[in-house]
Amino acid sequence: MCLGIPGQVVEFVDPEHHIAKADVSGVRRNVNVGLLSEGSEAVDVGDWVLIHVGFAMSKIDEQEATATRQFLETLGEPYEEELAELKGSQIE
Amino acid sequence: MRFVDEFRSGDVARQIAERIAGLVEPGRHYKVMEVCGGHTHAIYKHGVEDLLPPEIELVHGPGCPVCVIPMGRQDDAIAIAERPEVIFTTFGDMVRVPASHGSLLDAKARGADVRMVYSPLDALKIARENPDRQVVFFAIGFETTTPSTALTLLRARAEGIRNFSLFANHVTIIPAIRAILDSPDLRLDGFIGPGHVSTVIGLRPYRFIARDYDKPVAVSGFEPLDVLQGVYMVMRQLASGRNEVENQYTRVVREEGNPRALRAIAETMELRTSFEWRGLGFISQSALKLRDEFADWDAEVRYELPGVRVADPKACQCGEVLKGVIKPWECKVFGTACTPDRPIGTCMVSSEGACAAYYNYGRFARRRGREAEIAGLEPVVREPASA
Ligand code: SF4
Repeated sequence: MCLGIPGQVVEFVDPEHHIAKADVSGVRRNVNVGLLSEGSEAVDVGDWVLIHVGFAMSKIDEQEATATRQFLETLGEPYEEELAELKGSQIE
Repeated sequence: MRFVDEFRSGDVARQIAERIAGLVEPGRHYKVMEVCGGHTHAIYKHGVEDLLPPEIELVHGPGCPVCVIPMGRQDDAIAIAERPEVIFTTFGDMVRVPASHGSLLDAKARGADVRMVYSPLDALKIARENPDRQVVFFAIGFETTTPSTALTLLRARAEGIRNFSLFANHVTIIPAIRAILDSPDLRLDGFIGPGHVSTVIGLRPYRFIARDYDKPVAVSGFEPLDVLQGVYMVMRQLASGRNEVENQYTRVVREEGNPRALRAIAETMELRTSFEWRGLGFISQSALKLRDEFADWDAEVRYELPGVRVADPKACQCGEVLKGVIKPWECKVFGTACTPDRPIGTCMVSSEGACAAYYNYGRFARRRGREAEIAGLEPVVREPASA
């Protein structure tokens, strides 16, 4: 729950409700991007974001996303669990 | 500073460690608190302490949301979950937390409909699909998860989903830091501030630590090099007599935080007069509840709750651990009666809890050593002195 996991926004699914599809280590799930909808923080397709419990919380660059993912992979179990939980998610 | 290329390089870590060592005043003992459980986890996992000079002690703080929920609230959660009409949804971290009569998992085994979800929006979906049931979401966490709960609530209202409610237990980090600063048990020299919480609240809320308590703060990321650099920033301030709030994690944390997230919280929630934290006792204005206009979605309004204050298990010293007064292994039942498989206290439940982190990466470092390997950063191999 506390891990921020990096994902790339691949498409907007439901713009009215700020729902976009993100790719996290190959897992594609819907997330809410409503917190990143203003000014320079507004996300677009192709952008990288840090996701907490199904919500994109901050925009990051690709290098940062890669580094964060590498770090999370070194954590082992906590990241695997987070990914498994994300897999079970069906946000609409 | 970027660690992308240097990330796997132990040389960089050692260089920072050397610079830190160069800032130590002979004969002085430094206590630096890392507030966030994510930092605690990274520190144990990667043996960050082993790179520090012996004069610097990292003290683990209260920033693990699973750890700080008091027993009485967990009992309340189970009381809600056991109502026949309720589908009780929760993050996976909470289901093993021991309450007065077992955990949520035990309640599930007795027949309660307890479901683990990844996101509060998953809980909302369950409510949509089960109009004849009441779906309650166990909302916990610091400012990292609070905005998600807020947005989920706004969506429930917008869609007119009435069979959905929140059992709100969101806590705020600043009053807990203040309580620790006011506690007579502990003398701290500086703080490693939480990274992800700060993406929401920004840097301003920490200023009182520098201004009123004359202590340096470095908001830091979660990689071992981030934590090391955070320690370096704190030590540099101490060496030059400065007390400021610095941002090590500029690649993610903005000075002003996330205004959209703060607005969503303010729109849906307000501060409670007081809230009990496990081990820390009641702290005024340290948690959030739903505003009156959202009473229809408030599980505390909807259901009669026991609301009884329950003392922590006698054997458990989570309180002292959360305040950084004792190290996990100084607890008498650490690793014997209390293990991650059979936790007595919350600090042993979450992988971010100091007891679990220490148990997983300290005591059994040799077994886990290989997984823990990060080139150049030796995995921690430290046996608890008392075991
Ligand atoms: S080892 Fe277990 S009982 Fe002791 S403080 Fe930690 S969680 Fe509590």
